[in-house]
Amino acid sequence: MKKVSFAHMGYSYLGFKQLVEDMGFEAVVPPNPSPATLDRGVTYAPEYACIPFKMVLGTYLEVLERGAEIIITSGGVGPCRAGLYGMMHERILRNLGFNFDIFVFDPPLTGLWPFFIKLRRVLKTAGLSWLAFVEVVRRAWAKLKLLDELEQLATSIRPYELKKGETTRTFHSCLKIVEQARSRKEIAAAREECRQLLQNIPRDTGRRPLKVGIVGEIYVLLEPFMNLDIEKTLGEMGVITHRSIYLTQYTATDVLAHGAQDVRQLAHPYLNQFVGGHGQNSVGETILYARNGFDGVIQLAPFTCIPEIVAKSILPRISRDFGIPILSLTIDEQTGRAGVETRLEAFVDLLRQRREQMEARSNAVLLPGY
Amino acid sequence: MALHIGFPTALMYYSHFPFWLAFFNRLGIEIVTSPLTTKAILDDGSREAVADACIPIKLYHGHVLTLKDKVDAIFIPRMVRISKRATFCPKFLGLPDMVRASLPHLPPIIDLQVDAGRGLWGLWPTCRGLAELLGFSLRQAWSAYLEGRHHQHAYQKLLLAGYLPLQAMAKLRGEAAEAPIREPGTLNLAVLGYLYQVYDQYISLDIIGKLKKMGVNVWTMEMVHPARLYRLSSRLPKRLFWHYSNLVLGATYHYLHQGNIDGIIHVTAFGCGPDAMVDKIMELDIRKLSRGQLPFMSVSIDEQTGDAGITTRLEAFVDMLHQRRGNR
Repeated sequence: MKKVSFAHMGYSYLGFKQLVEDMGFEAVVPPNPSPATLDRGVTYAPEYACIPFKMVLGTYLEVLERGAEIIITSGGVGPCRAGLYGMMHERILRNLGFNFDIFVFDPPLTGLWPFFIKLRRVLKTAGLSWLAFVEVVRRAWAKLKLLDELEQLATSIRPYELKKGETTRTFHSCLKIVEQARSRKEIAAAREECRQLLQNIPRDTGRRPLKVGIVGEIYVLLEPFMNLDIEKTLGEMGVITHRSIYLTQYTATDVLAHGAQDVRQLAHPYLNQFVGGHGQNSVGETILYARNGFDGVIQLAPFTCIPEIVAKSILPRISRDFGIPILSLTIDEQTGRAGVETRLEAFVDLLRQRREQMEARSNAVLLPGY
Repeated sequence: MALHIGFPTALMYYSHFPFWLAFFNRLGIEIVTSPLTTKAILDDGSREAVADACIPIKLYHGHVLTLKDKVDAIFIPRMVRISKRATFCPKFLGLPDMVRASLPHLPPIIDLQVDAGRGLWGLWPTCRGLAELLGFSLRQAWSAYLEGRHHQHAYQKLLLAGYLPLQAMAKLRGEAAEAPIREPGTLNLAVLGYLYQVYDQYISLDIIGKLKKMGVNVWTMEMVHPARLYRLSSRLPKRLFWHYSNLVLGATYHYLHQGNIDGIIHVTAFGCGPDAMVDKIMELDIRKLSRGQLPFMSVSIDEQTGDAGITTRLEAFVDMLHQRRGNR
């Protein structure tokens, strides 16, 4: 049985593990990203590559040492550098003397035929029929969707929790339940069970949490290790966060279709050009959050990420035009947890004061007699 | 009074200025360029531009600042594609928007896009759009376009003949320019990098001039026909997305084949996104294709890079090459 591995991105590894195992491979599950993984990636990666490149390279080094023979990953069409990462990783790893197969899947819309050929090669190695493959994908998709749903649910519950950290604990036990569920029926049952568990967390519904939108580059958004658990940290400070990207939603709109048109439309007055990655989305989604009455927006960007640099230079203007506070956090291998937490605390304090001021002002309007 | 349009002396200036100069002049529009880079321009740019941007982008902001009070409009073309095969770096794609968002009180920005990927006509759609915008007839636009193309070809020819971009532009203006000479028997070094990085004498710390003073023959990527560079760059299993990067890689392969090259220097900017990939590919491929025989040095430059530091590195590199030659 061939050993197959893939990159670690948030909680999606559970879905991919199932996908690979159901196809009849042995899955080498990438370890949870750690500073050691990152260090190894940094050693062999180009200095100015963005942190997702380094992290994924470190992950590959670890899984290859644990015996992975095939790596499956996604490609891209540019102009974001990530589209070349498959090729670069392969070259660097081969130069280090590793022997393996890598399948880089570009979005099918840019070339249906190459996508099909590659997929056929993978299925041949797996000895799987197309019909069986469809069922396998449907199962994995259901699991990925469930993971996204639970993550969203947990973020919306966390600011209300009575006992700090309870939501996160429950969420992690939910992950175990989801991991056990294999068939679509079991996944549906797991969904009910996990929703129940999360809903049953004792809450103080009298709180009025702030609402903060999180935009930025997909990898640092999805991988809690990279963004230093920003959603958990903010949630425990009493902030409801809304993330602009979830894996299944992103796959449906951007990988299998031509992107979220409404968001791009919103970005047009400020950035009238697709700049690769999530640059234009970050701009459009910030405007969307401002319109929907969010209290603030946080942009997460890896250091040297080109599309996010373009977005970052435009966001201050949106902040002025729409009157919404924006915090840009740039993340690299030197980023420390304490530093980020301090900045988040300061940002949340600012948002809170701002809300109080605005409410005081609107009260004054309500009482014209004074 | 004729309309004055500003053209910053940075980024696409080095690759496409002769075209735009001839085009606008033919239409009776005065082109105002910013002075060559100085410390003040770079400092202004670094202060205003977003902190994570690479040095050429910051510099561009600085050049726009020197122009903003002198002109009626600033021309910042949105370079998307000039061939079907590759686009520009995302920072070029978002350049007009970045400038507009970062710099206050600017004159109007003309930011028509150059996207030759859609048709076969290259810069013509952009020229037509410009003529429409500025109130010229289609016929005037066409003759100005032809004029621009003519000048661009002349410029390319001079580059292929070995003139450096600034000298070639001087020669086009009719000024005396020193003709390229190559001393036989001395070291041959390929200096590769983006034009706006290598030929901006301030931010490249005049690497080319320094090498010439050391008596080295310098070879650059403009001395090879772009079509050949593109052909060579397609050796990679997946072509790079960015126009200039493909040229640099193509030139790397070209000079690896040329045989008489003693070493390759890659000039790159701190924080340049595409170069993180290009530099690594160069490093791996030069080692592989020359079987570890060809020395390669990568020079990365940022706002803090000192002149003395670069001189020392270049001298050490050149000394090492001389020694290798002596040993052989």
